[in-house]
Amino acid sequence: MRARLDQIREQVQAQIKSCDTADKLNEIRVAVLGKKGQLTELLKSMKDVAPEERPKVGQMVNEARAEIERVLEEQKTRMEKALREARMKAEVIDVTLPARKAELGHRHPNTIALEEVERIFVGMGYEVVEGPEVERDYYNFEALNIPADHPAKDEQDTFFVTGDILLRTQTSGVQVHEMEKGKLPIRMIAPGRVFRADEVDATHSPSFHQIEGLVIDKNITFADLKGTLAQFSRELFGENTKVKFRPHHFPFTEPSAEMDVSCFKCGGRGCRFCKGSGWIEILGCGMVHPHVLEMSNIDPEEYTGFAFGVGLERIALLKYEIDDMRLLYENDIRFLRQF
Amino acid sequence: MNAALSWIRAYVPGLECTDQEYCDAMTLSGTKVEGYERRDRNLEKIVVGQIKSIEKHPDADKLIVCQVDIGQETIQIVTGARNVKEGNKVPVVLDGGKVAGGHDGGPLPEDGIPIKAGKLRGVPSQGMMCSIEELGSDRNMYPEAPEEGIYIFPDDTTVGADAVELLGLRDTVFEYEVTSNRVDCYSVLGLAREAAATFRKPFVPPVVKETGNQENVNDYVSVEVLDQELCPRYLARVCKNIKIGPSPQWMQRRLASSGIRPINNLVDITNYVMEEYGQPMHAYDLDTIAGHKIIVRRAQEGDQFQTLDEQMRRLDGDVLMICDAEKEIGIAGIMGGENSKITDNVTTVLFEAACFNGPNIRKSAKRVGLRTDASGKFEKGLEPHNALEAINRACQLIEELGCGEVVGGTVDVVRPMPEKKLLPFRPEKYNKLLGTQVSGEEMLEIFRRLEIGIREKEDGAVELVIPWFRQDLNCDADMAEEVARFYGYDKIPTTLPDGEATAGKLSYKLRIEQKARDVAEYCGFSQGMCYSFESPRVFDRLLLPEDDALRRTVTISNPLGEDFSVMRTISLNGMLTSLASNYNRRNRNVKLYELGNIYLPGELPLKELPDERMQFTLGFYGEGDFYTMKGAVEEFFACVGMKKRPAYDPDAKKTFLHPGRQALIRYEGVTLGFLGEVHPQVLDNYGIGERAYVAVLDMPALEPFTTFDRKYEGVAKYPAVKRDLSMVVPKSILAGEIEGVITQRAGKLLETLELFDVYEGSQIKEGFKSMAYSVTFRAKDRTLEEADVNGAMKKILNGLEQMGIELRS
Repeated sequence: MRARLDQIREQVQAQIKSCDTADKLNEIRVAVLGKKGQLTELLKSMKDVAPEERPKVGQMVNEARAEIERVLEEQKTRMEKALREARMKAEVIDVTLPARKAELGHRHPNTIALEEVERIFVGMGYEVVEGPEVERDYYNFEALNIPADHPAKDEQDTFFVTGDILLRTQTSGVQVHEMEKGKLPIRMIAPGRVFRADEVDATHSPSFHQIEGLVIDKNITFADLKGTLAQFSRELFGENTKVKFRPHHFPFTEPSAEMDVSCFKCGGRGCRFCKGSGWIEILGCGMVHPHVLEMSNIDPEEYTGFAFGVGLERIALLKYEIDDMRLLYENDIRFLRQF
Repeated sequence: MNAALSWIRAYVPGLECTDQEYCDAMTLSGTKVEGYERRDRNLEKIVVGQIKSIEKHPDADKLIVCQVDIGQETIQIVTGARNVKEGNKVPVVLDGGKVAGGHDGGPLPEDGIPIKAGKLRGVPSQGMMCSIEELGSDRNMYPEAPEEGIYIFPDDTTVGADAVELLGLRDTVFEYEVTSNRVDCYSVLGLAREAAATFRKPFVPPVVKETGNQENVNDYVSVEVLDQELCPRYLARVCKNIKIGPSPQWMQRRLASSGIRPINNLVDITNYVMEEYGQPMHAYDLDTIAGHKIIVRRAQEGDQFQTLDEQMRRLDGDVLMICDAEKEIGIAGIMGGENSKITDNVTTVLFEAACFNGPNIRKSAKRVGLRTDASGKFEKGLEPHNALEAINRACQLIEELGCGEVVGGTVDVVRPMPEKKLLPFRPEKYNKLLGTQVSGEEMLEIFRRLEIGIREKEDGAVELVIPWFRQDLNCDADMAEEVARFYGYDKIPTTLPDGEATAGKLSYKLRIEQKARDVAEYCGFSQGMCYSFESPRVFDRLLLPEDDALRRTVTISNPLGEDFSVMRTISLNGMLTSLASNYNRRNRNVKLYELGNIYLPGELPLKELPDERMQFTLGFYGEGDFYTMKGAVEEFFACVGMKKRPAYDPDAKKTFLHPGRQALIRYEGVTLGFLGEVHPQVLDNYGIGERAYVAVLDMPALEPFTTFDRKYEGVAKYPAVKRDLSMVVPKSILAGEIEGVITQRAGKLLETLELFDVYEGSQIKEGFKSMAYSVTFRAKDRTLEEADVNGAMKKILNGLEQMGIELRS
């Protein structure tokens, strides 16, 4: 029996080693371990073995079986591995061929700039609100301390629909709408489209966008205005950005200022971009005029506030170095794809 | 406003600073300097030389050879100028120097023209004698310069002196941006006052005395103002025995530095005072004034009037006129009349210094079509006190310059002038507004520099007396700004508001719009921006019928032109125009989207504000079709929480879309917008040479169905059963109808329904199409039995058969 087993084992191991396909391997398995296989046949001859020998012989047969199965399995793994490797070898690709891209669309540079500004102010606790683009004279002018005969109201600048209804020339009217809601304190920015009667050219458009800001609370100071806008400028233009406030005049703020930021191209040394001055004019701002507060039923002795207005296109043009405002409204895909 | 620094210095004698220092300091104290230009730019090494001898050039008929004494030495200069004589004193640029321009007076080169010693036709020349054009100016500003050739100095000029200095060109002209509240700063004196306060130097204005002889002006002229609203003050003075001649050089130089051409002493004095005081004046020839009477009144509607520039002007009832006893002689504040023009034969002059209603002057100048230096000043609303100072200054100059004899007295027709303004001094209030701790004493020191009076009342409180030229100071905030300007905006601390915390957020509407942008871009659409106004002809281009409601527009009464005259009522024109311009530029596969308002009017003419509706517009040409667009729309719906299946109604009736390829988009019975292929005629109208697809979603209609709430619904635990449905369908039946029947009949077990094949062609009988759906059933709580599915399928099949659909095995 033992001799027969050894013989089968050796014979099978040799067969397995020389075997090169999965089919042949299976044939071997059937020939040895199958229902009519050699090992099975051998087991059948157990009846000829003395009963006391049987457990021993049985164990021997089972061991032989286990060993053959193990060798079969090893050979199978080896073959599969070789096959996979051969396949992968055949599957080498040129990784420098062009990428297959999903054609994503592109956001308008104005929107990119706006979202940047919104992100900064939302982070500082400001609510983003809107107001009507076709507006009443009262909100665009009168409630902002721009009385009937003020030059700022001149027809040259303002598009009128009727005597009382016009296309807003500034987002500042949203200040008044917010103040009239009577909910204090206020921290808001109001982005939106505004209109002025300027012919289209590289630096003008009859329709453009502003972002208005308004904070009203007890104890708001000009120092708070400076601090807030300085922080905004650093976030928007970079950590090293410096700001400069120059006195100016707006009818609805007092004191008023214009703010320059240090040129983010040359860092303030002076270059063509900032016309050699090292500074770039960015926005107008000031403390809300007490008369404006009064008109919206806020007591200027108790509350103070600051407001600012910034041109969105100005930021987009500066930040992305776009040299012609007309590009923003032509919607040429070759332009938009760069953002 | 432009002014030379030398003129400012005349009133601020202690002012010492570089141009840049002046520019920076003035800007930081609130008088913004836009820029400055040195008048001696590119004028180097130019001295006064005297021509000692002139000889002919041996080899050139048109050249002469001069020996010129330049002080230390005599040099030889060859020139082609023909106006010079021996003994003349002339500007000479030496070897290595520079002049500003060429002798022909063309545009000045950026870096000037360098001059070097050399030879002219073989004869050495060590420099150049200069014309006024070469010195960067012209005869308009230097009327004494010869018409052609070299500028010649007066005989008493010192040889070797700095010629540039003598011509008044060692100076810098500053350009100021004066804000509209500072009317006082539209004058050299106003600017000088600010400069004195900024640099803490004494301000020394001219000392003006009311001159005049023993006569009484009222014997010469009377004045009647019929509309005091439009003319709050009218001052008149008379000067007789007028001797017209050139004004002195110092005055000519100052006018030239402000870009004003010297004419004669009389004109120059009025211009000089206008610059100095910011008060325009007018001079009439008294002998042309009928009845020696001035009447200020409104024009008659439709009057015609010839102004000084010989143009006929059409007037209306809002234009204020200066008239004599018989006729109109000038448009108030804008321009005098041809009929009262001063000639060189004038003997008696009537000076007018008036205050007119600023807005009225501005509007009149616009309607009459004539904006002058004078109207530009008047429209800012001049201070009545200033007019008196100015007219007295002019009369004083008439006398000082020997131009005539001033008649005693002034005719003054004036409305009661505003009371002196008094404001309480509230230092703690100013500090509270600014966030500073400036001492009261420092504030008072600033106010003193600004000529603000400080008065202690009986109760010890301090009161500020606002000078009349500061119309802009009216409240605490104004005074706080004065403190801030001179304390220094840069010295105010930087802090952050420390009040109650507020939640930063976008409005819900803006969040939905943000999502729309995300989805559009994910689907390959790029964001465009379009104008809100367009031409009414857009409606024809979109084939809208004459009576279409969209033709009712919010119309701009003063548009930039017809192309920008109506507020859009439909967003498609912008999209199609953008696609067309891309198509023209041969850009392929262009996909755009836009988020912008349309403006729908209620009652017309407009009483209430129009309904502004945000439109989400998508458009493309190139790869893709109707269903690509539909996919983008549904992707967006899914992203804003609209989970139900939208319905598409092909009967959209959009004239601008392909009649067989358009649909209204409905959601829970509400129309949210439309989509479709652009009508071929519309494509032609816009010049788009291939099929284009558009979709428009009305965001306010859509918003109520949106939500950002998300709930987990579990992952299916039990297996699904899939059945395929293959059918032959009459062409007139839409997929939507079939899906409606399947959805309704299958009931709750239906999980998904997917069309996987549509075919029309030779193997299908005429008038039919073949369609195949894959239907998936699943129950949430159990494994489906064969019988469940069969039952559902049976119902579906029955329903489809009732529609005339043949099922294929």
